[in-house]
Amino acid sequence: MSNVPENLHYSKDHEWIRVEGGVGTVGITDHAQDSLGDVVYVELPKAGETFAAHETFGSVESVKAVSELFIPVAGEVVEVNETLQDEPEKVNSDPYGEGWMVRIRLAEPGEVDSLLNAAEYEDYLKSEE
Amino acid sequence: MVLKATPHITQNEALVFERSQTGRKGYMLPALDVDETALDDLLPAELRRDDDLEGVPELSEVDVVRHFTRISTWNYNIDLGMYPLGSCTMKYNSRLNEKVARIPGFANLHPLAPVEDSQGALEVMFELQEHLAEITGLPGISLQPAAGAHGEMTGVMMIRAFLDARDGVTEGDKPRRNVMLIPDSAHGTNPASAHLSGFSVKTIRSTSEGLTDLEHLRELCSAGDVAGLMLTNPNTVGIFERNIREICHIIHEAGGLVYMDGANMNALVGVARPGDMGVDVIHLNLHKTFSTPHGGGGPGSGPCCCTAELDPFLPVPRVVREGDRFAFDYERPQSVGRVKAFYGNFGMHLRALAYILTHGNEGLREATEAAVLNARFIAHGLADTYEKPFGSPPMHEVLFTDKRQSRKGVHTLDIAKRLIDYGFHPMTIYFPLIVQGAMLIEPTESVGRAELQQFVDAMKEIAREALEAPDTVLNAPQTTRIGRLDEAAAARKPVLRWKPEAKTTAA
Amino acid sequence: MRYIPNSPEERQEMLSALGHASVDELFDSIPADIILREPLKTPAALSEVELLERFEAMAAKNTAARRPNFIGAGAYTHYAPTVIDSLLQRSEFFTAYTPYQPEISQGTLQAIFEFQTLVCQLTGMDVANASMYDGSTAMAEAVLMAERVTRRKRVLVSGAVHPEYLHVAETYVAHAGVELVRADFDEATGRTVLAEGALDKTIAAVVVQSPNFFGCVEDLKALADAVHAEGALLVVVVTEGASFGFLRSPGACGADIVVAEGQSFGVPASFGGPYVGLFATREQYARQIPGRLAGIAFDKEGRRGFVLTLATREQHIRREKATSNICTNEGLIALAATIYMTTMGRRGLQEVAAQCAQKAAYARREIAALEGFTLPHSAPTFNEFVVRAPAEAEGLLRRLASEHNVTGGLSLSRYFPGRPNDFLVCVTETNKRAEIDALVNGLREVHSS
Repeated sequence: MSNVPENLHYSKDHEWIRVEGGVGTVGITDHAQDSLGDVVYVELPKAGETFAAHETFGSVESVKAVSELFIPVAGEVVEVNETLQDEPEKVNSDPYGEGWMVRIRLAEPGEVDSLLNAAEYEDYLKSEE
Repeated sequence: MVLKATPHITQNEALVFERSQTGRKGYMLPALDVDETALDDLLPAELRRDDDLEGVPELSEVDVVRHFTRISTWNYNIDLGMYPLGSCTMKYNSRLNEKVARIPGFANLHPLAPVEDSQGALEVMFELQEHLAEITGLPGISLQPAAGAHGEMTGVMMIRAFLDARDGVTEGDKPRRNVMLIPDSAHGTNPASAHLSGFSVKTIRSTSEGLTDLEHLRELCSAGDVAGLMLTNPNTVGIFERNIREICHIIHEAGGLVYMDGANMNALVGVARPGDMGVDVIHLNLHKTFSTPHGGGGPGSGPCCCTAELDPFLPVPRVVREGDRFAFDYERPQSVGRVKAFYGNFGMHLRALAYILTHGNEGLREATEAAVLNARFIAHGLADTYEKPFGSPPMHEVLFTDKRQSRKGVHTLDIAKRLIDYGFHPMTIYFPLIVQGAMLIEPTESVGRAELQQFVDAMKEIAREALEAPDTVLNAPQTTRIGRLDEAAAARKPVLRWKPEAKTTAA
Repeated sequence: MRYIPNSPEERQEMLSALGHASVDELFDSIPADIILREPLKTPAALSEVELLERFEAMAAKNTAARRPNFIGAGAYTHYAPTVIDSLLQRSEFFTAYTPYQPEISQGTLQAIFEFQTLVCQLTGMDVANASMYDGSTAMAEAVLMAERVTRRKRVLVSGAVHPEYLHVAETYVAHAGVELVRADFDEATGRTVLAEGALDKTIAAVVVQSPNFFGCVEDLKALADAVHAEGALLVVVVTEGASFGFLRSPGACGADIVVAEGQSFGVPASFGGPYVGLFATREQYARQIPGRLAGIAFDKEGRRGFVLTLATREQHIRREKATSNICTNEGLIALAATIYMTTMGRRGLQEVAAQCAQKAAYARREIAALEGFTLPHSAPTFNEFVVRAPAEAEGLLRRLASEHNVTGGLSLSRYFPGRPNDFLVCVTETNKRAEIDALVNGLREVHSS
């Protein structure tokens, strides 16, 4: 059973976002990292780039698969997790912590309410099985 | 704890760079027999190499022979035994064909030598073209593409050129037909080749029987933007697309053309011809169906065969007969152009022609029959042990999955690695992508009955181990020089070349 | 059929055991109307003796294969140590597949790793792939890669690049949204010139060959500086691998991508193939490289091995978004090149190159001294150069072949109709002085008679 923390918002693309003061931290869920396998490379945007909701903002690679990363809500990238360049394995070991990917300034702070909460995401995972 | 054979000297061969000793030599040239020119008069110093080729190894001839002989023993190979890689057709590579390719009159022939002094080479190419036309039922041929994917690219570019000639580049106000339909079970090269030729790819679903979904095909065709279809037949789950005539009809009615990926022609030679099915253009893999050696990943050869309608679009130059001589024809204004310098992998053309002539027409069919029979033997032998996702009888290759074994935590990868311990090369794994835990087995005609049975027995034994002693399977292979390699670590911090200062041992 | 282990009787027994009455039932899933009812109209089987006779007879018609040869132009005659073919013919190498199962493919994988390293050393680059089909397709792939790296759509290609390479690149980019723009070469020097204003920020790359098609060594350093000033890449093409032993490496001159034909490294001319394409670039572009890459990996016990790596760039994973559609490459020919480079080694590669340059210099001097013959280009050359004859080169060369048994070079009119009197002469370490003298004397006699 994969780990789905309570305090986050989730997208059906298996990204999570934690919002603090208009800035959201984005990563992929425990379920996503588990189905991807050992992460070997993460391609991230540069600070300053802006994305509409559900747009591709990068990709994450395992040895034999590539998955695109979709931004859960619209915003401008204010910070990217540079340590993933050297230690992409953090996406596997700590997907909700050190494995975070980008921080974005939300275009519309209310947009996160359209995402799933933890219970809804767990139900979604069950329905996908 | 399993002891590997690593103390053995032949199992520890270093890299050539690590073996290098200053001053060793593996060659001798005749002494220079012309008056020497001063270096600066040959080439100004600033254009000359100034690193003295530092790092390039210095070895004696004995060092070279031992080095490559030792590392060669770490390879599995066809001559050692069955190599059942699905969709790869690992059949016997005859020594006779190697001899033919090394005849000095062919091996020493420069590609730009005058045509009148190269007539034998052109004759070889022309004759091979004739035979491939007969085998495929498609009269237009170019031997230029160097491999299967290269032939695919050529073929879909021909479709692009044909449609542009027929419809005009813009079709009036409408954007030109730009969609290439490709089944979800296709080889990855198909979408990659289509993309390179400017098409956008739409994926066709497969049915629960493992066949192309005709309903979905019709739906996709109704959009009116379909340029063509790329289809493998027998498809990549090893089943003949029995609706092939109708599939071709639907595409043709929609204004598109049908490209066939010929990777699986070993199921059809002498039995059925793509041209008779309605296919417009196909590539063949001479390194599969016609036994030219794979060489650890090439060279291949991927001739393109097409209908008379598509003939003008084939690459230049074409090999043609003019009376009793052969010539290159460059005057093909509608041609897609050239896809490779010179005329293709001629050394492979020689071997393929030798294969066709050695088999004779009856032998070609016999090989097809034997290949399909061998696959059926395996399908039958493993039917009770492994999950077979599709019911139809397989052609030259058979697909199983790890569904039953994975309940015990043993997956396709583990089964494949365990096969190595039984002396077999594994089958193709995790392809096609539409089936979870795929194991695609293609024995080819080059395997005798006893060895087929041994393979079946090994697979059954592994299935038993998966239930009773899964760790044995999970820790396989145990009989090889090295164990499973950490591919994730290799991809995270790629080391792609040797460097003198690089630490190439484990920390 | 002697290549099929199971005898007809055994196959009949197998069929019966599977419940089939006849072999035709194996093909029941193929609709009856497309089943062939007659045997193929290909010839009946030949025995080994008959087959060899047929091929020997065809080979005998290739009279050019038996003459001293002075044609290069993308395929070169060099000495190939005997050990190369002997080692290539080991079953373990030539009958193995692509190394998808590393535990039983370490021989192939280690050889690829050695190949990649040698290619880096010779080209002066950081990363090289496991091979491309040949030099021409490697160049086309370099053009496409330059577009991926720079996101610019125009590529400037020197008119002194091999015409067939250029033709291949045109085919490859036809649908890729990349525009190839021709850069001229200077008639006097034979070198590429970048016209005023030709280079700007819309250019993804400049592609030059050195030594170029006319044999002239380009000033790569100057080109690199100009190209980099506009943020573009310099792609250097090499058709004559032997030149690496003598010329400043493209990497040392500032190249960003180096592609080369590896046929010079112990691979027979074989009427144009199979050859092997070399592809090398700088570290920061490793993830944009087309084709396979081998890298170091370790097993649980810490033993060093090799695997195919960074595979997510490739078609079997990324499908239409892959860096290239290439799958099968030229593994065995790359191995031949690896064995060649290893056998010749640090000293031999330089000695071969020096002999090529020396012998070509001798031939240049002797031909230039002939009345009526001139050398139209002034730039330094390596082992190939253009000669301007006092008459049409085509006829001259034909007579040289028939009357003096020498293939004297390649008439440039084949690719440049405006240059009927020019021909390209290539001299390698395999051309004995007597052959060069025969060429020179032949030219003199054919011209004067």
